[in-house]
Amino acid sequence: MKKIILYPLILLTTAAIIIIACNKEISGRTDNIPALNPDNQDLDAGTWKPVLLSSPSEVPVAAPGATTSPDYIAQINEIKSWQADLTGEEQRIVKYWSAGAVLRWNEIMRELVAKHNLPPYQNEDGTYPAPNPNNPLAYPLFPFANPPYAARAYAYVAAAQYDALVATWYYKTLYNRAAPYHVDSSLKLLVPASTLPSYPSEDAALAGAAAEMMKLLFPGDQEFIQQKAEEQKRARIIAGANVRSDIEAGEALGKAIAQKFVARARGDRAGAAAGNPAIWKQMEDACIAKGEIPWKSLETPKRPPMLPLFGKVKPFLFDSLTVIALRPGPPPSTSGEEMKAETQEVFTQTSGASREDIRIIHFWSDGAGTYTPTGHWMSIACEDFLRKDFSEVRWARNIALLAMAEMDAAIVCWDTKYHYFNPRPCQMNPNIRSLTGVPNFPSYISGHSTFSGAAAKILGHIIPERAAAYDAMAEEAARSRFLGGLHYNKSDCGVGLVVGRNVGNYAIQRAKTDGAE
Amino acid sequence: MKRSTAPMVVAVMVLCALLRPHSLSAQTDIDALMMSKNEFCIGPMYSYSSWKNYWEGTRKRDNQNLGTVSTRMIAVMGNYGITKKFNVLFNVPYVKTNASAGTLEGMQGLQDLSLFLKWRPIQHMIGNGRISVLGVAGISFPLTNYTPDYLPLSIGLHSKTATGRIIVDYKLGSFFVTASATYILRDNIRIDRESYYTTEMHNTHEVSMPDAANYNFRTGFRNRRWIAEGVVNIWNTLGGFDITRNNMPFPSNRMNATTTGINIKYVVPALPQLSFVGGGNTTIAGRNMGQANTVYGSLFYILNFSHKSLHTAPSSKPN
Repeated sequence: MKKIILYPLILLTTAAIIIIACNKEISGRTDNIPALNPDNQDLDAGTWKPVLLSSPSEVPVAAPGATTSPDYIAQINEIKSWQADLTGEEQRIVKYWSAGAVLRWNEIMRELVAKHNLPPYQNEDGTYPAPNPNNPLAYPLFPFANPPYAARAYAYVAAAQYDALVATWYYKTLYNRAAPYHVDSSLKLLVPASTLPSYPSEDAALAGAAAEMMKLLFPGDQEFIQQKAEEQKRARIIAGANVRSDIEAGEALGKAIAQKFVARARGDRAGAAAGNPAIWKQMEDACIAKGEIPWKSLETPKRPPMLPLFGKVKPFLFDSLTVIALRPGPPPSTSGEEMKAETQEVFTQTSGASREDIRIIHFWSDGAGTYTPTGHWMSIACEDFLRKDFSEVRWARNIALLAMAEMDAAIVCWDTKYHYFNPRPCQMNPNIRSLTGVPNFPSYISGHSTFSGAAAKILGHIIPERAAAYDAMAEEAARSRFLGGLHYNKSDCGVGLVVGRNVGNYAIQRAKTDGAE
Repeated sequence: MKRSTAPMVVAVMVLCALLRPHSLSAQTDIDALMMSKNEFCIGPMYSYSSWKNYWEGTRKRDNQNLGTVSTRMIAVMGNYGITKKFNVLFNVPYVKTNASAGTLEGMQGLQDLSLFLKWRPIQHMIGNGRISVLGVAGISFPLTNYTPDYLPLSIGLHSKTATGRIIVDYKLGSFFVTASATYILRDNIRIDRESYYTTEMHNTHEVSMPDAANYNFRTGFRNRRWIAEGVVNIWNTLGGFDITRNNMPFPSNRMNATTTGINIKYVVPALPQLSFVGGGNTTIAGRNMGQANTVYGSLFYILNFSHKSLHTAPSSKPN
């Protein structure tokens, strides 16, 4: 008896210690991926349709110096002196950035969104402080990167980067300057060789566009952002892929193009999206006037609604009248049988959630402290794009299409939410308990469903063989909000998916006509 | 989409769940008591723990979107004497959580099985007193696939653990002092999300759990019939990060808690196989944890599997 118990237990304990002690290292899905090495560099991308630029040559780039000049030779020698004594950190940044700079900047954006996606803590008197862009490091930190804010931020950075690369490709083919490793074959090349002309540098254009755009979006994180931009530019020189003049021209181009997007962002009405107490009251009253129960905050103390005027923000893929045209008809009346049945359906579901339901809810929850639903779809897209070996400019174009679709989905969704001001299931029936946090804005239509419908549409166009998979993911994402007790199944999630798909179709329209297909 | 900014931190609950047996004074993995050869002590335990205030990092706050967070637990604990110097112990809890305010649903389920080997290699008389040194090795692992990523309302952290502990006990007459130090190795866990932010982004389901240390001091009165003791317990997570302002807690937070409490054990004179245990503790300091108050009670029955003395009274003596 003694040995039967003792020995297996000693063995088990020893095994547990060994397994646990040896099993601590974790790596992210994109930590150790190979360098981007596309078959097709899309050399014609200088003719693709930009988002804001009137033409790819709108921002001038001076012709580069000759590769035989003393200045160029000095720049080659700069690469050689880096390469003569490479540190582990230098090798790490070369590897990190070589995986694709659109990917890496998208990941950096997701990280900043997750860091900033936290609702402010209340004041002593039960009101809530608003983040201040002019004092971003004081609490509450600016921004509160909630789902609409995040969707817009992803879109501006992605669209600015896309335009920057269209212009970069234009000048690359115009000037056709050979990459330094073609000029001096004694240079080591630490990334895959490419047929792409190296002036201006696409990496520097991406870094310049992102860093410039993010000054507006994440003003309190400049040190982090600038450090990433510097690191990326240095990585390209260390790798032997660009000389300093390639980098400088690319960065200046990226920054100048981003300025156009910064100017647009300053005037796109997002700055006024928080509204004020008079507007909040007006929305509530309008709902009551229609004979409906108005949404109320379920938080204590009651928090003002999240960005009630975000529906007025200027979209990328269509005009503001189209936002209203895309708005669905009203939800079931809060006093009717249909709403009662839908509320009961939520109660029944949340009272008996299975472990698989909880997995689905939490997988798609993308709530406070995360990169939001748009970030989740970015992550899904990036990991699929990695398998497609897209060129950097096609990466930028595809991410921009997705990001613009998501921002515009947020606009249409928020317009709908505040037009109808419909209460959440937990408000209609306080016995409903949710399995993730209840968002602080009206119910109809579900944001997750709208985001997911739009994302699945455009991604299914970009990667047709995955279209059915994206649809299934969008359906699951939408359903997760019903399962979690946050939304009515048919009206919020069902209609949200449809509206999202309609928005996604505009992105497809753009994709078909931007010259890339 | 703000998940009810509910931060919270069940932590203590979680902590209590993890440490549960430690706060009891029957023969547990953290006291100096041993079962004699072939004796099997088993019984149910119930505990109730709740907190209203918690530490968000080092900042103390409440959360009106959680109200009072409570954890109820029913556990079965057992201790078998392989010899009087070698015991094996187990513990299986069922946990149920609840938040009194806000919209979040509580969770419930079978949590983690703990198994411990307890060995007493040294016992010496020193003057009129007696000193004992014990070593404990244990493991725990989740019995169900409950989610750890729903703090403070998840029922546990879902980490496999391996525990090493040294206990020193000194007894003089009926008075005793016991001190122990424990190191807890904690395995990585998997969550349902495919990314999470700590102080940086992690694009993976997997979460690295910092190890933890626990220090326990207890002193009081112990004889054949009664035990009455005061207990101080210090749990320190060795790493991890602080909950950011108004954020949700996360399993790999740096959860620390210092609790003080009392335990009483009473052996029924007419039926010495049967004992009652009760006690409680309160959290006096913490970090990323709830400021929990906990009460518990249990009863234990000792079965004797010795062939020679199948029906005799238990030989277990206050050591």
